Amino acid sequence: MDLTKLTIASARKALDAKEYSALDLTKAYIDQISQKDAALHAYLEVWEKSAKDEAKRADARIAAGEALSLTGIPLAIKDNILIEGRAASSASKILENYRAPYDATVIERMKQEDAVFLGRTNMDEFAMGSSTENSAYGPTRNPIDTARIPGGSSGGSAAAVAAHMALAALGSDTGGSIRQPAAHTGLVGLKPTYGAVSRYGLMAMGSSLDQIGPLTKTVDDSKLLFEAIRGYDASDSTSLKESAKDFKKPRVIGVPRAFLESGVDADLLTVFEKTLGALREKGYEIRDIDMPTLPYGLAVYYVVMPAEASTNLARFDGIRYGLSEPAPTIGEVYAKTRGKGFGPEVRRRILVGTFVLSAGYADAYYRKARAVRAGITREFADAFQSVDAIAVPTTPAPAFKFGEKTSDPLAMYAEDIFSVPVNLAGVPAISVPCGHVARESSQLPIGFQIIAEHGREETLFAIGKDVEAA
Amino acid sequence: MTNPDVDVAALAKLARLDVSDDEISKLKQEIPHILEFVATLQKASAGSDGGETSLRNVMRADENPHESGKYTKVLLEAAPARDGNRVLVKQVVSRKK
Repeated sequence: MDLTKLTIASARKALDAKEYSALDLTKAYIDQISQKDAALHAYLEVWEKSAKDEAKRADARIAAGEALSLTGIPLAIKDNILIEGRAASSASKILENYRAPYDATVIERMKQEDAVFLGRTNMDEFAMGSSTENSAYGPTRNPIDTARIPGGSSGGSAAAVAAHMALAALGSDTGGSIRQPAAHTGLVGLKPTYGAVSRYGLMAMGSSLDQIGPLTKTVDDSKLLFEAIRGYDASDSTSLKESAKDFKKPRVIGVPRAFLESGVDADLLTVFEKTLGALREKGYEIRDIDMPTLPYGLAVYYVVMPAEASTNLARFDGIRYGLSEPAPTIGEVYAKTRGKGFGPEVRRRILVGTFVLSAGYADAYYRKARAVRAGITREFADAFQSVDAIAVPTTPAPAFKFGEKTSDPLAMYAEDIFSVPVNLAGVPAISVPCGHVARESSQLPIGFQIIAEHGREETLFAIGKDVEAA
Repeated sequence: MTNPDVDVAALAKLARLDVSDDEISKLKQEIPHILEFVATLQKASAGSDGGETSLRNVMRADENPHESGKYTKVLLEAAPARDGNRVLVKQVVSRKK
């Protein structure tokens, strides 16, 4: 078996044809991890023994002829998704010794198919960041160029798949945290329609923005993994009963030209335009569209997200679980525990969130941001009256070097400019590799982002496959 | 809008978060910088009508979602301090003035 070429789809065929066993496959990945991960640090913990046990169970199921799409498929899971009895820390010191008391719904679904869990992957603490440099356990390196970041916050998941240390992975995307690392490591990353995949058992950052989704090597694998984890869940109050719309072949792709002037590297834009040209040759109509509110997405996001995050993170107080710092009064227990357990970026966002929600400022910041967010949502709905999909680059630049943006939070936030409007509107989007740009001695991958109407992931997969073939 | 004076120490107190003096002086520079950036959304004409996406309440029946005691053990094990079958919490209201 050649792990560099293996996909979920091809592994499925080989497993079902008994070319090798699920145990052989899992051992091959464990072997890759032991060879490569010391240099990359994609994993926070590898579950060798339980993974082998899970693979044996999968083999029994395959032998019985009862294999489902993920039976025996070795996967990596982001450290903010709960697996019963396993450590889950969101790469934070405040949850260093925390063990999940139950399975996230996505995990429950994967267990029902006898998937194999190789380990939990590194991330920016509580999913706050675009580089994994905010992990309390040290950064992950990009397998394509180890001097560069793998993207974030699902950087560990991306590096694990890109370095063939997992066949696919789950990440979470609040403002680009699946798509951006996928773009920086040459993978396919999907942010599903808000409500398509259950958030039950995902540690919340921005509850109105968060979605779990797959990081895979191909568009076919993305669809496969998405279909395995999607579906209504009574335990998630924002889960959708019926999210998918009937498929119609996409024909018109809109490009918000003015938005692309928000500062994109010239050679990256050339690769993007070349991909648009290839799609035009395949019969798509490429149409310029006007979406004047999109450039405000980043400002809206950096109000709404910290507001929601500061509220969500209030639960970490040293009383019910996680780190607890002893102090004479309960108020001091809270403050000391949180001061010690949270890293600098998390503290910064809690404070910004507290500010934008505070009396006297909430109208000017939080309520205004919500109103502009509604405007962005309307703008997407209007655009989808005349186009089937919208295309923009996933990121304004290729993967940057470690330390390049750590001293300037705004420079780091700007990395999300093309990905956050998608979360604000709750629409689905996919990042598909579309070429490379040269930086020093490296050829760095570029992500082509396709955005569709709510419930139209099939549109993303259809266009995504054409981008892949271009 | 003009950039407000940000009292980082007061914010930290509101957020129940210990922040060192060094970090406060750094945040005194950074947070106004971030707020200045997000204040650009004041210029957006969209949303000036105050329109918001429709929100709905999601309720469930006021009854036990699972059998009593099912998660007691595992949840208690997660608690930093316990007293028998209770999570131990420091006194919240004190008589001392």
